This record gives sequence, structure tokens and C-alpha cells, in this order.
Amino acid sequence: MIEKGTELPPLPLRVTRADLVRYAGASGDFNPIHWSDRVATAVGLPGVIAHGMLTMALAARLVTDWVGDPAAVRSYSVRFTRPVVVPDDDEGALLELSGKVTAVTEGDDGTRVASVLITARFDEKTVLGKAVAEVTLKG
Amino acid sequence: MPDPSFVGRALPPSAPYTVGREKIREFALAIGEGASVCTDVGAARAAGHRDVVAPPTFSVTFTMPHIEAFLKDPAFGWDYSRMVHGDQSITLHRPICGGDVLTTTIHVEDLKTRAGSHMLTLRCEIVDAADESVATTRLMLVTQADA
Repeated sequence: MIEKGTELPPLPLRVTRADLVRYAGASGDFNPIHWSDRVATAVGLPGVIAHGMLTMALAARLVTDWVGDPAAVRSYSVRFTRPVVVPDDDEGALLELSGKVTAVTEGDDGTRVASVLITARFDEKTVLGKAVAEVTLKG
Repeated sequence: MPDPSFVGRALPPSAPYTVGREKIREFALAIGEGASVCTDVGAARAAGHRDVVAPPTFSVTFTMPHIEAFLKDPAFGWDYSRMVHGDQSITLHRPICGGDVLTTTIHVEDLKTRAGSHMLTLRCEIVDAADESVATTRLMLVTQADA
């Protein structure tokens, strides 16, 4: 039974430069701070950083993997609080995702909707603030 | 200095965007979303969808070019080169599926200058070919104000 306080299975994900290149192509976001150390450091970043929208998309997988259905997500919002710096090596950056159900509400049609608060950590610090997804529960 | 007279305005709607099956597959692969409803039409239909289902953040692929065009318009006066993404929300009134023909209208909701930064809030209303609401997204962008 999913209820307030239910914890989602944690999801550790590795993000490499190849992942950034692939996401750039798939999303159409070719901002060079996501692939060029030269440009990233010139604007004051420690190095190439992941697209905020990639971090947001990866964090949603905590929820879609858990409910087993990407179509169940009704709403999803995040604040981007810290960049995820992705080194040019085989390991990449480690994004550690965890989450907890903060409320379960029932709609007029009897549909149950869970609010999930997602925590995304990189380098032992949170990178997303107020990351909340509302998902329709089956059954 | 961005032109505050844009606040409260709706920009002209985008050209219609046709959501491609292969674009959804490509996006799902890029974010590691392995659900079969995103990649397999048969699985999507068996689950009650018209076609493959886009992952929750897919709308960025077709709203962002439209937003960028506005931000790079000299008439608005935004410093695109120093911009960071502050926050993002996505409300899906129904899942986005392959074959959808979607039109995006950007609404300029708010522009504030605080602590040396301009903060711009935009809302995108996404409708389908029948003019039914599909999704509402909202984003806050930040750029440094001139010293």
C-alpha cells in the first residue's frame, strides 16, 4: 500500500560526457557549457555541467521506474540549485536519487494521486530544490 | 535591460510541431527511460494510448527553440549568453503521444530585477490540433543585470 511516508527505491545514476552529447542531440540544447570545458570555464563554471533539464529528466526516472509508467506523471516541478559537474572520464558524475511520498489524494473519479518529493544529490549536496512529482496510482 | 512592457503579453503561437515516434524513442534513450510504452507502439496501444508516450519532460524539445527565439530577439533585450535556468514546472493535462500536432504559445508572466539579476518567468500553453489543452509549462530564467 502506497501512503504518506512510503519511500521509493533509491536510484543511483552515472552521467558521462557521452550522456551529455546524446542528450544535447535528443533535446536540441547545444549550449557549449554542456560539452566544452573551454566555454564552461570561461563563464566561471568549474567545468562542463549537465543540462538542468537532463538532471530533471533523470530525477523523474526515480518516479517512473517506481510506478512503471511514464504516462502516470501529471505534474513535475524542480528548482535548479547547484550544477552537476561532469568530468571528462569514464566514470562521469554520480547522481543519487531518492524520494518519499508526501501525500496521497483521491480524485472525484476515485483515482489516487501520490505527491513524491525527490532528492537529487551530487557530490554529497542536493542539486534540485522542491522537486515534486504528482503521479496517478493504479488500482 | 529587458523591456518590461513585454510582461503580460502572449507571443504569437509557434508553428505546429508534429511529435515523432522516433523523436520520442531518441529522447527516451537519451534519459535512460526504458518503459516499453515510450518505444513500442504495440505496448503503448495495449496500455490504452494512441501511440508511443513521451517521457514527462519531453516538451522541452519543442518549447525551447521557441523560447530561445524570443530571448534572442533584440527587441526584448535579454542577455542570453549569461542565462541560467532557475526553475521549471510541467503540468500534463494528458500524456503527449507520437503523432500529436502541437502548438505552443509563450506568455510573458513576470520580470523582476533583484540583487543584480533579472528574473524572467515564462508560461507555455501547449494545445493539440483540436485546440484542446495538452500541457502547461512554466520556467524561470535568470541573467545578470548590467553593473
